Amino acid sequence: MALKGLDIFKLTPKTNCKECNQPTCMAFAMKVASGAIALTDCPHMSAAALDKFASATEPPMKTIDIGAGECAYKLGGETVLLRHDKTLVNSNLYGICISADMPDAAIEAALTEMTKIDYERIGKRMYVECVYVKCNSDAVRSAEVAVKAVASGRVPVLDCADPDIAKSVLGAIKEAKPVLCGANAANWEAMNAVAKAADAVLGVSGADLNELHDTVEKLEAAGNKKLILDVGSVSIKDAFANAVEIRRAALKDGDRTFGYPSIVNLAALAPGDLVTQAALASIFTLRYGSIILMERIGYAEALPLFGLRQNIYTDPQKPMRVTPGLYPIGGANENSVCCLTVDFALSYFIVSGEIERSRVPVNLLIPDAGGYSVLTAWAAGKLSASSIAKFIQEFEIDTKIKNHTLILPGKVAVLKGDLEAKLPDWKIVVGPNEAIQLVKFLSTIN
Amino acid sequence: MPFIKKPRTLKPLGAVSIGTGERAVKIGGGNTLPLYFFDAKLSNPPAVGVELTDTAWDAAELPLLAKAYEGAATLAERVACAANMKGVDFVCLRLEGADPGGDNLSVEECVKLAQEAAAACTKPLCIAGCRSEEKDVELFKALAAALQGQNVLFLSAKEEDYKTIGAATVLAYGHKVAGESSVDINLAKQLNVLMTQLGIPKESIVMNLGGAAVGYGFEYVSSTMDRVKAAALEQDDAMLQMPVITQVATETWAVKESMASQADMPEWGDLEQRGIQMETVTAAACLASGSDAVILRHPVAVDKIAALVAALI
Ligand code: B12
Ligand code: SF4
Repeated sequence: MALKGLDIFKLTPKTNCKECNQPTCMAFAMKVASGAIALTDCPHMSAAALDKFASATEPPMKTIDIGAGECAYKLGGETVLLRHDKTLVNSNLYGICISADMPDAAIEAALTEMTKIDYERIGKRMYVECVYVKCNSDAVRSAEVAVKAVASGRVPVLDCADPDIAKSVLGAIKEAKPVLCGANAANWEAMNAVAKAADAVLGVSGADLNELHDTVEKLEAAGNKKLILDVGSVSIKDAFANAVEIRRAALKDGDRTFGYPSIVNLAALAPGDLVTQAALASIFTLRYGSIILMERIGYAEALPLFGLRQNIYTDPQKPMRVTPGLYPIGGANENSVCCLTVDFALSYFIVSGEIERSRVPVNLLIPDAGGYSVLTAWAAGKLSASSIAKFIQEFEIDTKIKNHTLILPGKVAVLKGDLEAKLPDWKIVVGPNEAIQLVKFLSTIN
Repeated sequence: MPFIKKPRTLKPLGAVSIGTGERAVKIGGGNTLPLYFFDAKLSNPPAVGVELTDTAWDAAELPLLAKAYEGAATLAERVACAANMKGVDFVCLRLEGADPGGDNLSVEECVKLAQEAAAACTKPLCIAGCRSEEKDVELFKALAAALQGQNVLFLSAKEEDYKTIGAATVLAYGHKVAGESSVDINLAKQLNVLMTQLGIPKESIVMNLGGAAVGYGFEYVSSTMDRVKAAALEQDDAMLQMPVITQVATETWAVKESMASQADMPEWGDLEQRGIQMETVTAAACLASGSDAVILRHPVAVDKIAALVAALI
């Protein structure tokens, strides 16, 4: 939120002493407003004025750092409610839940299932980022379980409302820069002291939004601005309403008290029901969950949720593209067949993955198709017989590749006739509609 | 200081009713942003439809889906099963057999099938074609006449064929029609303008804005819906206030996550579970973005999505 020149002028001592190398305080204020110089260039600014400036120019939602080393993440920092308004900057995180009450075998099983999920999607590593540890009244056991969470290489999120136990568990894992959830209207002072001593982000909850608002204000007054807000687990309806109200208040109504990332515990909202938890995770991915926790996450849950998140947290101004060209896959050479796809990163990623899986060497041809999917490019006139022929000519595919078999995506089978006319010395073959069918298809073509 | 909740009053959206009598279902008509039922009292929850085709599903690796249709031999029997599934508000019959590139059933054969289906269906009916433009026009003309009085929703009319389909279904027989556009707010609006200019009442038009499975260009779908709902609710744009219907199943069951067998992708685990989660996650994302009705395929997804909608009210 930018301050106007006049507002900044009111903060200066108005003595025109020129120590800032500006002719007057007014000129100085104007330059600060335009961003050309910093407020601190004036040596006479009072502490109160600096404070006022800092809070007026603060972004509506704070960016909170959690985790350490390779598992360090940023949460929050959003400026818009919907991605098309600008772009969403810090993607939400997913986590699974374990508890100090669980037997070791169950904990191992949950962590093993979670660590199995580790794959690449459009050039990004997909895995579960957080492990939520519900502590119990046994500090030693709780710490032991928290250490297991850290050992799994994920950010630990502790749930513990007892300041003494929290202190001793944090003592065991504080290098991991965990989140400590459990501050509320009753214990906030003690919890604040524990979190601050361990430099942990503090998770705050409240019986309702009023109580939560109150507690956050108290924590801020006590100097803590590293917070995460729990949307609560009273009911699905309540949790969703709270997530929306909190984010909307911060970004739309300028309520900075609620300008923090959120945490949603779906294991508590729909215990034992992984399908409902996945549906809720989907809704909270779109609507304002920052850390989204589920009982378990297997491939069935990860595949759709990570795909959704990757879609939503892309910059709407920049489609994800790959560079047009000739991409030999699986050790392809001049005698290998050619497959054609588009320069939309997702299409390339899917098709190249299936070709690799087929173990058939293939020369993948990628013309400039405007960065669109096969059918979008075709409908937009960016993938046509002429554009393909032009690509073959420009990239000298004719001379580089001796095997003149070209497999088209099934969705643009209509291009076959025109292409045959344009590329008479090529054999045009219509491939299947979906890339997944390529494995079988390629095994028959050789 | 307590939290100050700002009042958010928005105008109710248009509603389209399908089916007749006690079984009729209202799609749309809400007066809050998608799923924001905490903002206002009067609101209409999204509807959940289940789709089936005249050519039965290949349920080889989908035991739960197969079980839902167990013992149903004819299309009429399968429609009855679909209508009775837990959480179902309406049934969507896709006449896949009509596809000239497939079974190429004649229009007469399709009419017969649809009549049997309609007779067995205890919920409002929605009929989708075979995605062959010429065939669908012929099909919809004949079906609209044969199903007169049943207030069926036809999926879908496009910019190329809205005149024939709109006239044959809505103007001639009082059915409802969905206008299909491709993930673009301006195209959606333009189609609504054209259809209303043709004399089709607003109350007979549903918008099919296009869809995608999560992970497959879904960001465009969700942003388009976000923008449509903002225009309809916050800027009072009458030509975007028609309810939104989304065909989720056709998108999600065509992607690798829901198609690759466990033998092919052993680390991915059970195929049916993957398909259910792909469908459920996509449906939930559509509802959060603005679908007033979603069309699903799997009974578990239908049940869980319907229960979730109920829990949010
Ligand atoms: C997102 C989207 C858009 C985005 C573009 C995103 C992008 N980067 O492409 C936007 C909103 C910009 C868009 C615009 C348009 N779109 Co569009 N869009 C879609 C949507 C919803 C998803 C596309 C997608 O991302 N697919 C995922 C990718 C991975 O699919 P793919 O590239 O086809 O790859 C698959 C297969 O083809 C295969 N494959 C790929 N390569 C190869 C190669 C070989 C050898 C083989 C065998 C297989 C294979 O593998 C992949 C997975 O199986 C589809 C509907 C849908 N659900 O598909 C409509 C769709 C493609 N769009 C459509 C249209 C009409 C348009 C517009 C022309 C609308 C207009 N009039 O303005 C414009 C054109 C662009 C323009 N002029 O600006 C239509 C096309 C209709 C048709 N049958 O021709 C569709 C089908 C929607 C519809 N039902 O009407 N669109
Ligand atoms: S240094 Fe400060 S007080 Fe002096 S002229 Fe510049 S702004 Fe004014």
